Amino acid sequence: MSETDEVIDRELTMSRAMVESIAHEMREDEEVFYMGEDVADYGGIFDSTQGLLDEFGRDRIMDVPISETAYLGAAVGAAQEGMRPIAELMFADFFGVAMDQIYNQLAKNTYMSGGNVNVPLVLTAAVGGTYNDAAQHSQTLYGTFAHIPGLKLVVPSTAYDAKGLMHNAIRDDDPVMYLFHKRLMGIGWMPAPSGPKTPVPETDYTIPFGSADIKREGADVTVVTLGLHVHRALAAAESLAAEGIDVEVVDLRTLVPLDTDTILESVRKTGRLVVVDEDYRSFGVTGEVIARVADRDLGALDAVERVAVPDVPIPYARPMENEVIPDADDIEARVRAVASE
Amino acid sequence: MVSQDKLCELYADMLTARYYEERLQEEYLEGKQPAFDISAGPIPGELHLAAGQEAAAVGVCHHLRADDTVTAPHRPHHVAIAKGVDLKRMSAEIFGRKTGLGKGKGGHMHLFDPDVSFACSGIIAEGCPPAAGAALAATKRNEDAVAVAFLGEGAIDQGAFLESLNFASVHDLPVVFVVEDNDWAISMPKERVTDVEDGSDRAAGFDMPGIRVDQDDAIAVYEAAGEAIGRARDRNGPTLLEVQVHRRMGHFMGDPQTYRSDADEEAALARDSIDRLEAELRDHGVDDDELDAIRDEAESRVDEAIAWAKEQPHPDPDDAYDDVFVNPPSGVTTEEPEFELAEVNADE
Ligand SMILES: Cc1ncc(C[n+]2csc(CCOP(=O)(O)OP(=O)(O)O)c2C)c(N)n1
Repeated sequence: MSETDEVIDRELTMSRAMVESIAHEMREDEEVFYMGEDVADYGGIFDSTQGLLDEFGRDRIMDVPISETAYLGAAVGAAQEGMRPIAELMFADFFGVAMDQIYNQLAKNTYMSGGNVNVPLVLTAAVGGTYNDAAQHSQTLYGTFAHIPGLKLVVPSTAYDAKGLMHNAIRDDDPVMYLFHKRLMGIGWMPAPSGPKTPVPETDYTIPFGSADIKREGADVTVVTLGLHVHRALAAAESLAAEGIDVEVVDLRTLVPLDTDTILESVRKTGRLVVVDEDYRSFGVTGEVIARVADRDLGALDAVERVAVPDVPIPYARPMENEVIPDADDIEARVRAVASE
Repeated sequence: MVSQDKLCELYADMLTARYYEERLQEEYLEGKQPAFDISAGPIPGELHLAAGQEAAAVGVCHHLRADDTVTAPHRPHHVAIAKGVDLKRMSAEIFGRKTGLGKGKGGHMHLFDPDVSFACSGIIAEGCPPAAGAALAATKRNEDAVAVAFLGEGAIDQGAFLESLNFASVHDLPVVFVVEDNDWAISMPKERVTDVEDGSDRAAGFDMPGIRVDQDDAIAVYEAAGEAIGRARDRNGPTLLEVQVHRRMGHFMGDPQTYRSDADEEAALARDSIDRLEAELRDHGVDDDELDAIRDEAESRVDEAIAWAKEQPHPDPDDAYDDVFVNPPSGVTTEEPEFELAEVNADE
C-alpha cells in the first residue's frame, strides 16, 4: 500500500527504484560511492547499479577485486572517516569470507567506542532462492544478520518500498544491511511476480525503519512476512478469500528495528498468527516474531504457526527446492490450520 | 617428450569436455527460449561452461591418480572429466536426478565424487584450503598422494587463496595451486582488479616456485604440471602454476557480455587449444581416421551419459530432508510439533 496519496502513473521495477534512490543520493552528496564486484560495466549481476557508471564514473562506481574482506572492510574504514559508502556483496551467501568485517567491526565499532565512532555504511546483498541455484547461492540469511547487535536490516518487497528504504539507509548514520530478493528485482533473465513492480514517485522520500506495512487488510488471520514471501502471502490471501478466510498481510520491511507494535495490533484483531520466512526455521525470524508477540501479549494469541525452510541447506533439484522453500500453498495450509482452531 | 598415446588421451578428454558442454548448453537452453528464464528447462540454475579452458584441466589431471585430491571452482566440468569423475552420475547431478553424484542436492557447482577424490565449491577460492588439507592428511599418513586446487585468475586476490599458499609453504605440503587465467572475472578484466600481470608471481612472496604457461597448449601444461606434481609427490613442497586459457563463452549461460569487446571475444575464439593439439597429433603422424575414431568415441560417451542421466528418476520432495548429517542426532525433527496455544491460554 503506497503511503502517498498523489496519483503516480510511473511504475518501476524494484531494481530501477533502488538505482534511482542511489543516484539521487550520489548527486546530493559527493561522499556517497558504490563498491562491489561487477557493479561498473555490468551494472550489478542483479541490476542493482544499472546505468550508474555512465553518470558517475569509475571513481564512484567502483569494481573491486574478489576480496570481500578487503573491500567490505575498506568500506567500514571509509565510513568511519565520515564518507557514505555503499558496498555490495553479490550474494548474501558470500558473507562468510568477510564475516569478521561484518560481525566484529561493522556491527560493533559504534558500541565498543562508546558511541564515539559511527559507521554510515550501506551493505547491499542479493538474497533468496526459487531458481535452483543450490545451497551456496540461495540463502536469505535474514536471521544471521539480524542476530548480531549493531546492524540495521532492511528487506524491501516492492519498488516503492525499495526506493524509500534506500534513501533512508544511505542517510542513516548507522550500518544498514539492505537485502534485496533476486526474484523481485525485475531482471530480464529471472521473471519477477507482478507485485514488486509498483508506482514510484520521481521525488525522493524516506520510509522510516521499523514501520511495518499492512499490504492487505484482513480480519481473520495475520500473516507476518517479508521479501518475496509478501507476494506469496498475498497470493495465498487471494485464494483464501474465496474460502471466506480474510487474511491480513503484514510486511515487516525492516527486521532491525522490528515493528512489534504493528504486528501486535494485527494479532489482537485476528487472534491468529502465521509467520512466513524464506530463511531457516530454527533460531530465526519466525521464532523471534512469535516470541515478541508472546512476550508482550500471550493472551492475544489463539493460534500460531510458522512457515519457513525446514533446517536443511537449499537443495538444487526442483522437486526438493520446491519442497523446502515455502510457496503460496504452504502458506494457505497453515492459515487454514490456524483459522480452524 | 610426451608419448603419442598420452597425447591421444589428452585429446580425447579435451574433446569429451568440449562436446559435453556443447550438449549441456543445448539441454540448458531448452525451455529458456525465446525469453531466458534461469529457473526453466531441464537444467535450471546457473551454468558456467569452460570451453577454451580444457588444456589446463587435462594437462594437470593426467598426472594424477584416483587418490590424489582435486578441488575445482564454480566452473568444474572440464576438470571433473579430466579427473575421471563418473560422467553418468555427474550428468545426472546436473539434471538434478536422484542417482546423481549428490542425489540432486548439489547441482553443477557442487559436484563430489569421493571415488576419484574430486570436489568443488561455488565460493571463490574456497577450494584452496581443503586441497591443502588433503595434502596435509597425506603427509601425516605418510602416503604419496598429492592435491591440486583449481581456481580462476579472479580468485588470486582472495584471502583463502593467499592464506593457503602460506599454509602450504610453511608446512611443505604436497599441493599444487592451478590458476586458470581466462582474463576475465565475470565482467572484470584482470588488469582492473589485480596489480600483477602474471599471477604466478604471487608465489615468490610465499617462498614457493611459481610457473606460468603462457599459452593454452595442453602439451606445455602437461610438461609444467609434471614438474609441479612431481615436486609434490617427492615431498619437495607446493607449487603455484598459472595457465593462460580463454573464455570462449559468457561467464554463465545467459550472460549478455555487453562489457566485452567483439575483438576480445574473437581473439578468444581464434585460439583453440583443441585445434592446436590436433595439429600436433597430425605432426606425429596420427591420421584422420584415428582422429575421427577418438572424436566418435568421446561423443558417444557423452551422448550415452546424457541420455542415461535424462532417464534417471527425479528425487522425491521428501528426499530434501535426508543427508543433513550422516549421523542424525536424536532430537532433530523436520516436523513441527503440534502445539495447542489455545489450550495453554485456557489453562492460565
Ligand atoms: C566469495 C565469492 N565472491 C564472489 C563470487 C561471485 N563470482 C562467481 S564467479 C566470479 C568470478 C570468478 O572469476 P575467476 O576466478 O577468474 O573465474 P572464472 O569465472 O573466470 O572462471 C565471481 C565474482 C563468488 N562465487 N564467491
